[in-house]
Amino acid sequence: MKILCVCGMGFGSSLMLKMTVEKVIQKKGLNAEAEATDIGTASGTQADLILTNNEFASQLEGGSVPVKAVMNMASEDEVEKAIDEYLDSK
Amino acid sequence: MSDVKLDKSSIQWKQEVTDWREAIKVSAEPLLQQGKITENYIQAMIDNIDNLGPYILIAPNVALPHARPEAGVNERGIALTVFKKDVEFPPGTDNKTDTARLFICLAATDSETHLNFLKGISSWIEDEEFINRLLETDSQEETEDIINEFYTKN
Repeated sequence: MKILCVCGMGFGSSLMLKMTVEKVIQKKGLNAEAEATDIGTASGTQADLILTNNEFASQLEGGSVPVKAVMNMASEDEVEKAIDEYLDSK
Repeated sequence: MSDVKLDKSSIQWKQEVTDWREAIKVSAEPLLQQGKITENYIQAMIDNIDNLGPYILIAPNVALPHARPEAGVNERGIALTVFKKDVEFPPGTDNKTDTARLFICLAATDSETHLNFLKGISSWIEDEEFINRLLETDSQEETEDIINEFYTKN
């Protein structure tokens, strides 16, 4: 699966979030990849799950891709919980 | 991780500022003084927030002001500022107002140094105790001590 990490410019918090997602993917042994992008191109990018902050989550919600909000971009616990919720909902 | 080592001149403790624009300027001041960034870079960081919204929070209470290297970075650098009082950002589309007290101003010259910086900053914000202690400091000396202790420990 593909996890899209989104922030305003695509090279700050989204990259930080991508690093955290990659740690969680490795820890859980998931067959998944992470990509960072900016809010402008996020809605046109194919993905299975979008992770971002609260504000962009509310902007991106309602599309075809499930969206989860993360408060701390470096928190493996938060990211793991978001991925688990997504996997459970499938 | 030596890339992200904060020296004394890049650590600041401040009582309060008038608004978030002032907070960005203050947080960038050490890098400007050291000649690492230009005035234009500071303006670009402010413009980014004006254009994209105030979404530079990377953790509760922690803001990461930054812009693209070509906006005016002469040399890579990072500066950390603790504000005693909340800095309020304009409300987002959800009408919620974000506040922050810890500002990490980032200036990268290329994507590799940028990634190294982000890795270093990640190691700070994943340590909640470290962040909480920084938020509780009451002086410049105390702020420097907590950061030095963090480096000794890690």
